Amino acid sequence: MAARESIGKAIGSARERGEPALVAYITAGFPQRDRFQDVLTSVAAAVDLIEVGVPFTDPMADGTTIQRSSRAALEQGVTLKWILSELTVFSGRSPRPETPLLLMSYLNPLLAYGIDRLPDDAARAGVAGFIIPDLPFEECDELRAAFERRGLALVQFVTPVTPNERVKLLTENSSGFIYAVTMTGTTGKNVAVPAEVLEYFDRVKAISPVPVCAGFGIRSREQVERLAPHVDGVIVGSALVEALERGDDPGVFLSSLRLKK
Amino acid sequence: MNQIIDQAEAKTLLANVMNDAYPDARGRFGPFGGRYVPETLVPALDRLQSGVDRYLRDPEFLEAFNAELESWVGRPTALTHARALSKRWGADIWLKREDLAHTGAHKINNAVGQVLLAKKLGAKRVIAETGAGQHGVASAAACARLGMPCTVYMGSVDMERQAPNVGRMKLLGATVVPVTSGDQTLRAAVDEALRDWVSDPNGTYYCLGSAVGPHPYPYLVRELQSVIGREAREQILSAVGKLPDWVIACVGGGSNAIGLFHPFVKDRDVQMLGLEAGGTGTGLGQNAASLAYGRPGVLQGSYSLLLQDQDGQIQETHSVSAGLDYPGVGPEHALLMSIGRVKYEAVNDDDALAALAECCAAEGILPAIESSHALAGAKRLAQAHPGATLLVGLSGRGDKDMPTLQRTLLKGAV
Repeated sequence: MAARESIGKAIGSARERGEPALVAYITAGFPQRDRFQDVLTSVAAAVDLIEVGVPFTDPMADGTTIQRSSRAALEQGVTLKWILSELTVFSGRSPRPETPLLLMSYLNPLLAYGIDRLPDDAARAGVAGFIIPDLPFEECDELRAAFERRGLALVQFVTPVTPNERVKLLTENSSGFIYAVTMTGTTGKNVAVPAEVLEYFDRVKAISPVPVCAGFGIRSREQVERLAPHVDGVIVGSALVEALERGDDPGVFLSSLRLKK
Repeated sequence: MNQIIDQAEAKTLLANVMNDAYPDARGRFGPFGGRYVPETLVPALDRLQSGVDRYLRDPEFLEAFNAELESWVGRPTALTHARALSKRWGADIWLKREDLAHTGAHKINNAVGQVLLAKKLGAKRVIAETGAGQHGVASAAACARLGMPCTVYMGSVDMERQAPNVGRMKLLGATVVPVTSGDQTLRAAVDEALRDWVSDPNGTYYCLGSAVGPHPYPYLVRELQSVIGREAREQILSAVGKLPDWVIACVGGGSNAIGLFHPFVKDRDVQMLGLEAGGTGTGLGQNAASLAYGRPGVLQGSYSLLLQDQDGQIQETHSVSAGLDYPGVGPEHALLMSIGRVKYEAVNDDDALAALAECCAAEGILPAIESSHALAGAKRLAQAHPGATLLVGLSGRGDKDMPTLQRTLLKGAV
């Protein structure tokens, strides 16, 4: 089985349980570099998919929370090389953790690592796919092909301002799932989820051949309940990073978002 | 993607440049450029692209633009024969006086063009980033003139070192937002402006101030700034009777340089020199010379040369001039360098300040510290090529630099 197939499978099992898949974003090495394995372990136990964020100096799609966590991680010397070695350790545990791992990174750290060796090294570290917020579809051919060869997913984004034709193009070319941004804006702002946003998710779901996961601004169980009939998964990032920042148990916070206990 | 351009490829790319092939349909200048933005901005850039395609060829739009350039900006700007500097430095030196343009720098050419375009595209507000404050002032002025609300993002470090410009923007009716994230200079201001734009891609027009960013900005800014080179080419032909041997400009993001260079690119006998901020040294963090010391990568929407560490993290830069203090450079400059059409060198802080002082005393002109990098480059060229005709882009005036000059050149002066 190609690594990327584990993503759809994980989302499918959540749906079978009758709830949207819960996807957690964490900035690698945040809040403390030497606690990364512990954070990964408790988050993995609480969710269906993990996005591991590679910190970058210029996270232009992110709000203040992830800007802060990225900076803190960089100050502790977190690099993509370090992240891959930590993920190798994590994935190598026995029994092997079942929660699929995705890497979320801006493009430049990936280019610096080397596109020639990245797919192999990522696959060996147990990574199932990539999310690259500043790599729009028109620029992604080379990377997508390289990931494809190693069975890795490249997740595309759609937003409320994406025209239907483009939603079709992007969902048909997304692997793993389609990342449906709840709003125009950066990560971390609270989203009220008005009716037109639900209509937007319905529109994307009707078009998309891959599962639809909603992200940006999701912080509460109420939001998850409201989104549940319209999406296949919900992505929680800034709110989780803030919980980690406060020193809260990430597992407890994430369980509070679950519809089925 | 980390191409190294070999000689055969450079030859092909140069031929393409001579045929006006760039940017291509994908917004590339050879390997450089492109459009690396979050998906939210793709429809907005598509709209901008079709607006650029339509209006930059629309006689009515161009007439309105040219009318503003003439009656409000004060174009054409003068070409001044720098008689005393020519004598001192041993070459024939001509200054293209963008310092005489309204608001004191070339930035106004681009700002007025883009704000006119924003109105055509139905935007409700304009946002801009600024480093030295010149693009912020230009955007604020253009917005006031054309009746658009304007918000300017400015790094808090820059707000301090370019304080006079902050007050000017406010008087011109703009909201100035201090940026305290990242390096608190131009790069952080661009990040913040992009975040604002992502939040309202339909109603907001992002008036980007340099020839950087995602396609079509590097092209749009070049087209709006090329008025500098077109005028200068005519003026020097009529004054000297021939084209210059060298055309010289300072390069941060590279908008005044591309505006001056572009109309000379096909003049094979004209050589060109871009001067970057050499800061205090050649090490990472000591300068802002991305072409001299950078490596290819993606920042703020385009693939170009960047000052970054081995992990792809963007590095803080240093320059005495806020306007050049940027870790990237416009993709067209990266191409022009890699094919050898334009030469780029770094000028350090001290040499730039010394050239500023010489220009003040010899010509009665106070140039911006940014522009003084070009003057220092001209001085160097004059020594290597005595008697050559040098056309120097004086991109702006130095009034805004008084706080910095008080701390440097005037320190201890009575």
